[in-house]
Amino acid sequence: MHDYTTAAELLSICDREKISIGELSLRREIEISGRSRDEIFAKMKTHFQTMRTSIRRGLEIRTPSPSGLSGGDAAKVLEYAQSGNALLGEDLTRLVAYSCAVLETNAQFGRIVATPTAGSAGIVPACLVLLEETHHLSEDKLTQALFTSSGIGVIIAGNAFLAGAQGGCQAEVGSASCIAAAAIVEALGGSPERACAAGTFALINTLGLVCDPIGGYVEVPCVSRNGMFAVHSWLAATLALAGANPRVSLDDAIFAMRDIGRRMPRELRETSLGGLAICPGACTLQKSCRQG
Amino acid sequence: MNTYSAFDIIGPAMIGPSSSHTAGAVRLGLLSRGICGSATTFYPNILIELHGSFAATGEGHATDRGIVAGLLGLLPDDERLKDSLKLAQANDINIEFRKVDLGVNAHPNTARITYFFPNGQQLSVTGASIGGGNVRIQEIDGFETDLNGELDAVIFWHMDRPGFLARVTGLLACIEVNIAAIQTTRRMRNSEALTIIKIDAPLPADCMSVLRKIPFVHRLLAVPKLP
Repeated sequence: MHDYTTAAELLSICDREKISIGELSLRREIEISGRSRDEIFAKMKTHFQTMRTSIRRGLEIRTPSPSGLSGGDAAKVLEYAQSGNALLGEDLTRLVAYSCAVLETNAQFGRIVATPTAGSAGIVPACLVLLEETHHLSEDKLTQALFTSSGIGVIIAGNAFLAGAQGGCQAEVGSASCIAAAAIVEALGGSPERACAAGTFALINTLGLVCDPIGGYVEVPCVSRNGMFAVHSWLAATLALAGANPRVSLDDAIFAMRDIGRRMPRELRETSLGGLAICPGACTLQKSCRQG
Repeated sequence: MNTYSAFDIIGPAMIGPSSSHTAGAVRLGLLSRGICGSATTFYPNILIELHGSFAATGEGHATDRGIVAGLLGLLPDDERLKDSLKLAQANDINIEFRKVDLGVNAHPNTARITYFFPNGQQLSVTGASIGGGNVRIQEIDGFETDLNGELDAVIFWHMDRPGFLARVTGLLACIEVNIAAIQTTRRMRNSEALTIIKIDAPLPADCMSVLRKIPFVHRLLAVPKLP
């Protein structure tokens, strides 16, 4: 059996069987679903292709979303990336554009893959599609990396939460950054232990993020936040690949996320009753939206 | 035991903008469509009550359109979602929305869907979108339930009488249907009850008529698992 509930258990199974987190996650899925390896792998590969399409579609958006709160920024960032003097360098600037693009697609009723949620759907796809371009990884390799992400994600789902309404944005973008960082590390040949370290770095540095989107729309701050936290995942993977020590375990980070989520007032958990959602500018924005 | 699937984390493929408020809403609609048996019958009057975050931010997340899309049988990645209200109208289905407070114990993303049948009867289904597009039906006609659409299920509306479960499980045993879970709740001893049996494969269609002959069954429904 390949069942586990904590990162510590996951690491001990990987160590015992000398397999990656992605492979463990795939074997576990075969066991719990009763479906074949080929069928499960093919479904995940289709998800990867849908992710790539959602990025391409978002990069072409030039018009505002129905709410008027997003649209066109991903295209601007991509243009800036290709300008030759992008502050962050071309690759990482493209990463930002890709992640924003998925959220812009999402805001315009386009098809996306929730990873783990729609509000955080840009981060994992952006990181993997950038890896595909910069490191020439195959579609199979990147599909395998999605299993790394799911392998870590089920631990967060089982011990804390993934919904902004339950745990704030740390549960959505925090979880997405965590599973993206782990996927980057394994895709580049890092060990399960290093992948968990990357996830830990990502998660402990997103703790406390609240979910206070303007007007209840998954746009402000969600579009830019996905762009910025894709880079955060890249940084977390960088720390882990360099051998840095997060000092706390991934299980500890997940414990902290749950603790903070439970203490978070409901006004800051996807109700649009606090924070950015009620700032003076938000009221103006929404008023102008209604008039427009 | 942790029962989350890899595809709870990566997936579903869906139409935006929100997994809990849009895709979850579609799946709530789909599951209550199954519980209502709408696949074969037409129920033109439906009241949808939205609680908590569904009430506060549902409009911006197209929660209303999502639930209706599900009631119409659309899947979460169907691009017709954005026009579902018009689609319902075109099919002569009257849908009314209300914002309600279902109390502090209700999950923030809760909807109660009530069907008004032509013969005056009603059926209410209360469910929550619990994150990542996953849903849980918590109440059917006031009976506490725990239905998430991950397995096929059979629902019995029946009277609480000795031997009821033995008869049902006996029949299912004869045709080698494996039972994953059983939940029975009743209003009080000897009164109306609801039993949900989760099974590992769809019931053969011809056994429904036999199950219906079990004494004290008022209504019986096979609810397919969510796609």
